[in-house]
Amino acid sequence: MSIETEMLNLTHIDRSMLAEVSPSHWEKMLSCIQCGTCTASCPAAHMMDIPPRRMWRMVQLGLVEKVLRSKSIWLCSACYSCHVRCPRGIPLTETMNRLKQLALQRGLVSSGTSQAFYRSFATLIRRYGRMREMELMARYVLSNPLAGVRFAPLGWKMLWRGKLQVQLPRLAGQDRLGRLFDRVAELEQQTPDSPNR
Amino acid sequence: MKYLFYPGCSQEGTAREYRDSTLAVLQALGAELEELKDWTCCGASVASAASQLLGLVLPARNLALAEQQANGPDLLTSCSACYSNLRRTQTTLADHPKLHHTVNQALEVEQLCYRGVVRVRHLLDVLANDFGPQVLQTRVQNPLEGLRVAPYYGCQTVRPYSRFDNPHRPRSMLGILEALGVQVHRHLREAACCGASLLVTQPDLGLDMAAEVLAACQGADCIVTVCPMCHMNLDAYQDQISHRLGQRVQIPVLYLPQLIGLAFGLPEQTLGLSRHLTPVRLPAKIATTS
Ligand code: SF4
Ligand code: SF4
Repeated sequence: MSIETEMLNLTHIDRSMLAEVSPSHWEKMLSCIQCGTCTASCPAAHMMDIPPRRMWRMVQLGLVEKVLRSKSIWLCSACYSCHVRCPRGIPLTETMNRLKQLALQRGLVSSGTSQAFYRSFATLIRRYGRMREMELMARYVLSNPLAGVRFAPLGWKMLWRGKLQVQLPRLAGQDRLGRLFDRVAELEQQTPDSPNR
Repeated sequence: MKYLFYPGCSQEGTAREYRDSTLAVLQALGAELEELKDWTCCGASVASAASQLLGLVLPARNLALAEQQANGPDLLTSCSACYSNLRRTQTTLADHPKLHHTVNQALEVEQLCYRGVVRVRHLLDVLANDFGPQVLQTRVQNPLEGLRVAPYYGCQTVRPYSRFDNPHRPRSMLGILEALGVQVHRHLREAACCGASLLVTQPDLGLDMAAEVLAACQGADCIVTVCPMCHMNLDAYQDQISHRLGQRVQIPVLYLPQLIGLAFGLPEQTLGLSRHLTPVRLPAKIATTS
């Protein structure tokens, strides 16, 4: 059945998926009136394979896998325009974040670039507690050489202006937020996904 | 006026001049600032995508530190991404007591506990409301008359957890700019997203969004921002953006405290204007303060 046909057939609403995507707001998610304010407000909509309005309907219908594989969720810049304008008060940007979480958890990420960047970032915060921009870019570029080529000229300019400083990775025994990260993972195991489910 | 200061990661690196100019201006205004000891990253836009709990625990760690270090002063941040993360955490935990409890279970390993009493403030909020245009005006030594300035708030400064301005049509910079004597260049992208969070992973879209902001600001002598992410995005890529727009765009982007510093007659070295990638060339009359 095509998406379009399913959209008309509301008896297909799959509440279990809804509850997973929007644990504390799934009833609100059901109240979406498909007005399109979110898509109209979204600065990324023109690049999205599934624009926001359509995405929420697909979530309602339980077509979560299609949504999780979409490019759209990685194009969302978390600008909160849709979030503050939705006439139903659905917390849309947080919902988008939740979709990112699920896609990462299930390995359904359409954008290798995003995954590489997110991973480099998390590794560094865990290790140092603070972001070291130079090392972040170095790690990201190593895992994604094409992106590196694009950023090289700017990198030199920033070094020149003293904006970036060369920082060598501090390897020895640093794991500043290691215990906190481990504890978070442990708690998430105990209360899968969301404690207020 | 006393504040605990949370600079955030980028102000230790690429945005050092934002921190320097913020400290200089607040000092000139007689504010007392103490840096939050042992602060760590708020998780930026990344942690909350990796895990809901991590996205709350990282900001909560800093909120808990603030409550431990000082009972009373507001926690001041000048980065809109940090501000949004700290405020999102406060709002979410206030609404979900169970989640609040789980966050504190995590913070136990750091011997910390977040109670939910500290107030989080954005630099713009403090400048506009704790001091306000009148107070700022009394400090102006070098009115920036004739300078056309385009205010740029960006998204997370005013949406959605912020309480000090209108999320659709913010106004808090207007009074400040008028107090400095500048002419305000109003435009339609004042609170639009500049796309900074996409710049690394989705550069084409990120640059398109920045291009729209820069195009809307054409005609101004400079843009003022209150976020290091917006600043980087608008300042650093003007060559590439000119290419995309098919027309030369070159417009200096200043941090609000840098502009205030110029009007206060603070030395240019303190304000770090030479660190920007788009050269800051202002009309001669204004730039000769140092
Ligand atoms: S703005 Fe809200 S109600 Fe309208 S289509 Fe989007 S999610 Fe649905
Ligand atoms: S928060 Fe994301 S989905 Fe919503 S308007 Fe902004 S970019 Fe679009």
